[in-house]
This record gives sequence, structure tokens and C-alpha cells, in this order.
Amino acid sequence: MQGWGLFVAVFFACAVEAVEALTIVLAAGTGRKDWRSAGQGVFAALAVLAGTVAVLGPALTAIPLQALRLLVGGLLLVFGLQWLRKAILRASGYKSLHDEAAIFRTEREAALAAPARHRGLVNDWYAFTLSFKGVLLEGLEVVFIALTFGSNQHNLPLAVLAAVSAVVIVAVAGLAVRAPLARVPENGMKFIVGILLTGFGTFWGAEGAGAEWPHGDTSLPVVVAGVAVLAFGLVVLLRRTSRTKQAPEPQASVAGAGS
Amino acid sequence: MIAWLRRFGAFWYDFVVGDDWRVAVGVVVALALTYVVSTATSVPSWWVLPVAVAILLTLSLRRAIQPKGGAKVER
Repeated sequence: MQGWGLFVAVFFACAVEAVEALTIVLAAGTGRKDWRSAGQGVFAALAVLAGTVAVLGPALTAIPLQALRLLVGGLLLVFGLQWLRKAILRASGYKSLHDEAAIFRTEREAALAAPARHRGLVNDWYAFTLSFKGVLLEGLEVVFIALTFGSNQHNLPLAVLAAVSAVVIVAVAGLAVRAPLARVPENGMKFIVGILLTGFGTFWGAEGAGAEWPHGDTSLPVVVAGVAVLAFGLVVLLRRTSRTKQAPEPQASVAGAGS
Repeated sequence: MIAWLRRFGAFWYDFVVGDDWRVAVGVVVALALTYVVSTATSVPSWWVLPVAVAILLTLSLRRAIQPKGGAKVER
């Protein structure tokens, strides 16, 4: 069960981040009309990410299991609650949905307007840095999730396999259509990833802090299901609140909306 | 150098902690409470974190949907 959960969580998280990175790379490539520089940015960022995995992966597996579960569980829980909070706000209408097509248009317009600059082996520094930053920032989240899940389960190869599979699938699809993958149900996937991160973080964090789950590892799916019920319940509750608030004052702005 | 360190720290703070620092503090407190209950008492401690998650998430969302400036939502 945990191997399956590990693969699904890392795959989904990685696919979502890969879609976001792809949008930025496509905006850099099409906006600047310099795919070489954008590609150099992608490879440079992937090299940094691979180096991070190579250094941190073995270091994490050397930590004793209980301490690792406490550290990783705590970090995953904070990180997962952050994802879930945003996903619930989006699903209930308090925060605008993530729109890859709109992000692509904005990034592309900015790329078209920026002046060209040559630096070293890079023809277009703007296309390079835009791609580099996009892939590095989105990739760091993937590395974080893959490393924490993989090291905790002592199955880093499976986590890496899930991450690489997702990136390859998204990259092939992106290259095929040469457009942002706006049809990917990204907001729904983020919701699921938030539930999985929070569920796994709760389970491992409690174990790391010395708790013993009733029935051991078989409690994990129950914890994940509980988080899912809580999340969907909060969406329903917030949707009702949103409707009640909008009825008398439809133009009222709320914190986090549109960010 | 100091400016770079500040940006570096701000990036990791935003990356891990995000929009609501109270959630991170709450998770640390809940983990500490789990440890105390599991080592100092004979009471099962597995329930502490799920309860904390439900409370922290609900309170964080409540804060998020309140209008800026701390004013209460109109009824």
C-alpha cells in the first residue's frame, strides 16, 4: 500500500509541477524564438536538481528511521497543509483557479517585450534564465517530495521512477502540442496531492514522535481517507459561506483571491 | 552577501512555511505534544496529530477568507 501511495503521490505532484514548468519553458521558447537558450536553461536547472538529489538522497537515508520520520513527517505535514489550504480555497471559489493558458500568455508577452542579451555560451540570457528559474523552482518541490517519500520508505528508486515518468509524459505531451497543457486537470490533481502529503505527513510525523497507530501500517489509508473527508467537508462549508457572503455584496474582495 | 542570504532565507521560508506561519508552529507543537503523551503517559498518542490537522486547517482557512485588516465577515 505504501509503495503504491508513494508512487501515486510523487507522480501526481511531479506531473503538476512539470506542467507548470512546461508552461514557462514554452513561453520562453516561443516568446523569444530561441529554443536553444530555453533548452540550455532547462538542462542547467535539471543538472542542479540532479545534483541536489545525488547529495541529499544518500544523506537522508543515513538518518535513523524514527528521527527521519519525525523530520520528514513534520516537513511534509507543513508542506501538505500549505498545498491543501490553497487547493481548498481554489475549490471553494475564494482563490482563482490555476490557469496555465493565462500564465502562458502573461509570460510570453513579458518575454516578447524584454531586450536580448548574449552571455557566454548563451545566445539569449532572458530565455535561459526564464527557463532555468521555472524548471528549478517547480523542480525543487518535486525533489522535496520525492526525497522525503523515497527516503522515508527506503525506496528512493521508486520515488525517482515516479518523478521521471511524470516529467517524461508531460514533456512528450508538451513537445507534441507545443502549447501549455491547459486540459490537464491541474487543480484537481493539486487537491489530491495536498490530501496525500497531509495524510502521509500525519502518519509518519506521529510515528516519528513515538505514537503507535492502531493496526500499524494499515491505518495509513484510513488517515488519508480522513484527510480527504475533512478537505471535501471544508470545501462544501466554504462554498456555502462564499455564496452567503456574495449574495448581499458580490464585489467584496477576500484575502487570497486572484493571487 | 547579507542581501543574498536574506533572499535565500526568504525563499526557503516561503517554500516550506508558506502563507500561514501559524500552521507550521501548530504542527511543531502537535508533534511535541505527541512525543510527551507517548513517552510520559500510558495514553495512546496517535490521535493528537489528526486532531491538530483538523483544527489547524480549519482555523487557517477561516483566517484566509476573512477580509484583510482583520475585520469580521459581514453576516
